[in-house]
Amino acid sequence: MTYKSSVPLYWRLRKSKYNLIGTKCANCNSVFFPPRALCPNCRRRGKTENFRFSGKGKILTYTIIRAPPEGFERDAPYGVAIVRLDEGTNVTAQIVGDINKMEIGKRVSMVFRKIHEDGEDGLIRYGFKFQLIE
Amino acid sequence: MDTGIVGYGVYIPRFRITVEEIARVWGENPDNIKNGLLVEEKSVPDVDEDTITISVEAGRNALLRAGIDPQLVGAIYIGSESHPYAVKPSGTVVAEALNLSSKLMTADLEFACKAGTAGMQCCYSHVKAGMIDYGIAIGADCAQSRPGDALEYTAAAGAAAFVIGKDPLALLEGTMSYATDTSDFWRRDRQDYPRHGARFTGKPAYFKHVISATEGMLERMGLKPSDLNYAVFHMPNGKFPIRAAKILGFSMEQIEQGLIVKRIGNCYSGSSPLGLCSILDVAKPGERILLTSYGSGAGSDSFVFTVTDKILERRGKAPKIEDYIKKKEYVDYGTYARLRGKLKM
Repeated sequence: MTYKSSVPLYWRLRKSKYNLIGTKCANCNSVFFPPRALCPNCRRRGKTENFRFSGKGKILTYTIIRAPPEGFERDAPYGVAIVRLDEGTNVTAQIVGDINKMEIGKRVSMVFRKIHEDGEDGLIRYGFKFQLIE
Repeated sequence: MDTGIVGYGVYIPRFRITVEEIARVWGENPDNIKNGLLVEEKSVPDVDEDTITISVEAGRNALLRAGIDPQLVGAIYIGSESHPYAVKPSGTVVAEALNLSSKLMTADLEFACKAGTAGMQCCYSHVKAGMIDYGIAIGADCAQSRPGDALEYTAAAGAAAFVIGKDPLALLEGTMSYATDTSDFWRRDRQDYPRHGARFTGKPAYFKHVISATEGMLERMGLKPSDLNYAVFHMPNGKFPIRAAKILGFSMEQIEQGLIVKRIGNCYSGSSPLGLCSILDVAKPGERILLTSYGSGAGSDSFVFTVTDKILERRGKAPKIEDYIKKKEYVDYGTYARLRGKLKM
C-alpha cells in the first residue's frame, strides 16, 4: 500500500516546508528547524520567534537512495543529504540534480519541488529540496 | 497611465531532449522535422516538477526584481493547461510559497496557450481600477503530448511571472483581445493527452487570431510595425511566428530576440511571456515591445509595452532567461518517458 501522509499535519507545516521557516531564540540566537516552541538552551528564559532561513548551505553528509520507499519509485535513484544551513542548523532533505556530483562540503541552495503524491487521487505534497550550486 | 510590469521572472527546467532523439524512437527523419518546425530541442521537467513548482520558482524571481513586500500583492492568477489538480487551485499553493498575504484574489485560468497573458490583463485591470496595489500573473506549463504525436517534438515546460503595478520597468500602454469558437486543439476531461486538428491549426486558428489581435492593437494605438523595436508572437514552433511577423510587416530583427522556441520548445502558457522576458533582458529604456499570445480554442491577447529607466536597476536582481537556457542536461527518450510519467508503473 502506498504511504499516505496526514492531511492536517501537512497543512500545519506548510509555511515551514514551502519557505524553510523555522524559529530563532531571541535570548541566545540559536536557530531551529523544524520550528521549536521552546528553546532547549534557555528554557523559560528563552523566547522563540519565526525565522526564515536564506536557503543556502552546504552538504554535511549524504546518501543515495536506490531502494526507495513506496510512493518514491519514480524518483529513484535520488540523493538525500544532511545540509548545514548558513544560519547554523541542520536539515535533512532530498538533493535534486546529478547524484554523481554530490560531495561533502558542496554548496547548495533551496528549490521548491514536489515531495510526494498520495497515490493518483490523493494530495500532492510540496516543499523544499536542495540543488547543487555549480 | 503608469501601470505595467514592475518585476518579471522566468524558470526553465534543466533537462532537454533533442528532435533527433524523439525522431530516432519513432523512425522519423529528424531533418525534415527540424526544417518543418524550426525547433532543435525542448525543455523537460524533472520528475518532481510541475506547473506549481515552476510557477513558484518564476514567481520568486519576479518578486526579486520587483523588490516589493510580497504582502502588498493583492491578486495572483496562474494561467496553465497543466494545473496539477483538476479541483484545487494552483494559485493558493503558489501564493503561500511566495509568502503573499491571505487577503488575496486568486483563480486558476485556462485558455490553452494564452492563459498567462489573460492573467496579465486581469492584474492590469485590477491595478488600474485601484482595487489592488500589485498583482502577480504567471504563465506556466508542463505540456503533455501523446507519444508519437507531432506535438511531442515541441511540448515543453517553462514559466514566466510578472508583478503588475505602478512604477513599472515596462509600461503597459494598451491591450486588446480577439476570440472565436475555433476547434483547433482540445483535451477532454480525464484524457491524458490533447488532440489537435492537424493542418487546421494554421490559417483559421493561429494566423487568424494572432493577426486580428495584433492589427487591432496597432490600429487602436495608431502604431505601425516600424514604430516597435521588438515583437513576440506565440511560438507553437519556429515557423508560425516568423510567418505571422512577415504577414504583419515585422522584420526578423524585431522578432529574433523573443524567438526562444528553437532552443526550449513550446512552453504553452509560458511561451510568448517567456519571449517577452527574453526581450526585457536586453531592451533599453524607451524601446517599444509588442506581445501577442495565442491560445487554441481560440483567441489572442495583444499588448504594447514601453520600457522605462527602472529596467536598468532591476534587471540584474534575478537570473536571465539565457542563464536557464544554457544550464542544460540532455536526456534520452527512455529517461524522458520516465520523467514525464509516460510509463505506467
